[in-house]
Amino acid sequence: MNKLKVGIIGSGNIGTDLMMKLQNNPFLELTTMIGIDPESDGLNRAEELGIEVIDNGIQGFIERKELADLLFDATSAKAHFHHAEVLGELKKRVIDLTPAAIGPFVVPPVNLGSHIVESNVNLITCGGQATIPIVHAVGQIVEVEYAEIVATISSRSAGPGTRANIDEFTVTTARGLEEIGGAKKGKAIIILNPAEPPIMMRDTVYCKVTNEDFNHESMIHSVKQMVKKVQAYVPGYRLRMDPIIDGSTVTVYLEVQGSGDYLPSYAGNLDIMTASAVKVAEEIAQYEVVKTV
Amino acid sequence: MFGKEVIVTEVALRDGSHAIAHSYTVDQVVRIAKALDDAKMPFIEVSHGDGLGGSSLQYGLSTTNEFELIEAAVNSCNHSKIAVLLLPGIGTVKELKTAAKIGAKMARIATHVTEADVSKQHISMSKELGLETVGFLMMSHMAPVEKLVEQAKLMESYGADVVYMVDSAGAFLPHEVKERIAALRGSLDIEVGFHAHNNLSLAMANTLVAIEEGATRIDGSVRCLGAGAGNTQTEVLIGVLERLGIKTGIDFYKMMDLAEEIVAPILKTPQEITKGSLILGYAGVYSSFLLHANRAAKKWNDDARDILIELGKQKVVGGQEDMIQEVACMLANKKLSVF
Repeated sequence: MNKLKVGIIGSGNIGTDLMMKLQNNPFLELTTMIGIDPESDGLNRAEELGIEVIDNGIQGFIERKELADLLFDATSAKAHFHHAEVLGELKKRVIDLTPAAIGPFVVPPVNLGSHIVESNVNLITCGGQATIPIVHAVGQIVEVEYAEIVATISSRSAGPGTRANIDEFTVTTARGLEEIGGAKKGKAIIILNPAEPPIMMRDTVYCKVTNEDFNHESMIHSVKQMVKKVQAYVPGYRLRMDPIIDGSTVTVYLEVQGSGDYLPSYAGNLDIMTASAVKVAEEIAQYEVVKTV
Repeated sequence: MFGKEVIVTEVALRDGSHAIAHSYTVDQVVRIAKALDDAKMPFIEVSHGDGLGGSSLQYGLSTTNEFELIEAAVNSCNHSKIAVLLLPGIGTVKELKTAAKIGAKMARIATHVTEADVSKQHISMSKELGLETVGFLMMSHMAPVEKLVEQAKLMESYGADVVYMVDSAGAFLPHEVKERIAALRGSLDIEVGFHAHNNLSLAMANTLVAIEEGATRIDGSVRCLGAGAGNTQTEVLIGVLERLGIKTGIDFYKMMDLAEEIVAPILKTPQEITKGSLILGYAGVYSSFLLHANRAAKKWNDDARDILIELGKQKVVGGQEDMIQEVACMLANKKLSVF
């Protein structure tokens, strides 16, 4: 079967973890790793794996554009605006892992497939991927008036990109809670904790629903079913305890353990982004194959 | 220390928000701000306890929109300047711009003591907006001296006019404050500040040590109206500094009157060091956790101290209030499963 040729822009933590996940993928062939720092670990590893390395950024890809038809952008919101323009002109597909959010949002268990023809789709944020499915699941039982999420990640798993994009994280995630999660209003908070050994990524989801007369068992069942759906592509995603229902507030405590493909398993925040990105790319690849048949 | 000058910032209208579950009304803020202004307080900090944008299910919803409170304070003062607090990750640059628009003259940007680099965007914007900009390194007891200095220098490099060492948990002992403030004073070109909490009854002592070692910016909360057991009690601080010959420009009598007549009646119970706040200082846990821990203890039938000790063990940082209910629930379940 013809695999979809893909490339990664950004040789930092997220890009490199993505590269490791794409090895031996049945639908996707990783042909190139594009970065701007020739000394970066990501580019060195790419070379070791026999992947074409471009170390002068998107400019270098313009000259070798036949290498890939779909690009993952794992750089920063600011850089993505430029990349999106360039790749748009080259008619390449883009999966945006930054909080730039130019294209529509995709959260696999909620709306995968609805944006299959879009040329640029956005994965919101790690906190968004972890919590939006839960808000959606709650919303299946009772309408969510307000959803608030608190993402707590280990300092070690927050690279320079994350740190420069703190505001963007909160704003983009809040939008995702509303547009995809279905909450009338959303809010997102992010906290970095430097404890050693590094803490596992955790997310707390508060949903204030419009009316407290709902079946508690159905609510808990809906949330647990959704957790299973996410676990299908993020095996380390789990509830820390059963959801707590207090009148019209549903509180869900989640934890994300990474697969350890690149960074250690505490960096579940990276893992959920890269696993989601791979899932979306696989859907696009299969769609493209069906198209050409 | 005779002849020294110290600039005081009153935090009851921000840190104190934690102690009254963020229930400030415009009327209360106006009365307090007017009295502080009359007493010539240089800076008055007004925001949700967790800074701009802090009103949330995580930290507690504000009874009154904080921007209304800020604006009311601005309009009540001729002398005092209004400051706001902002924690990147909770509030954003957008809130900062709104605060500047409605008349705030100072922004204090707070991060955990090891995470200064998340504040670059906010410190730069604050300077761009023409605000006096203060870097605030919270939970400073959780990092060694070298780390504190390194992070303070980062904030200085981003454009901060002042960097504060913040004893969010009220956990510091005087010799620890001495060592750190001396190191900061020796490494920075900008002013050094100190924000104390009184959980171990050491706020005043720590503050005096900080001043000795070169801190020129000090926070206080009138009648101790701050998180946990409160901060250095402002009206007491003014009296002590006067005895030491240190200038603040603040009217001692007017501060005492304000404390007794306006602030004391707001407090349901006086700000004392109770079991909960003592454990905060002892275990090194963020002071704003107190009311949440007490509430969770009641709900889950735990001892609040057990919850707080566990949070200290897990090295929880400021902002992690969601851990409180989870720990309370788990402790309760453990007790049940023993049977």
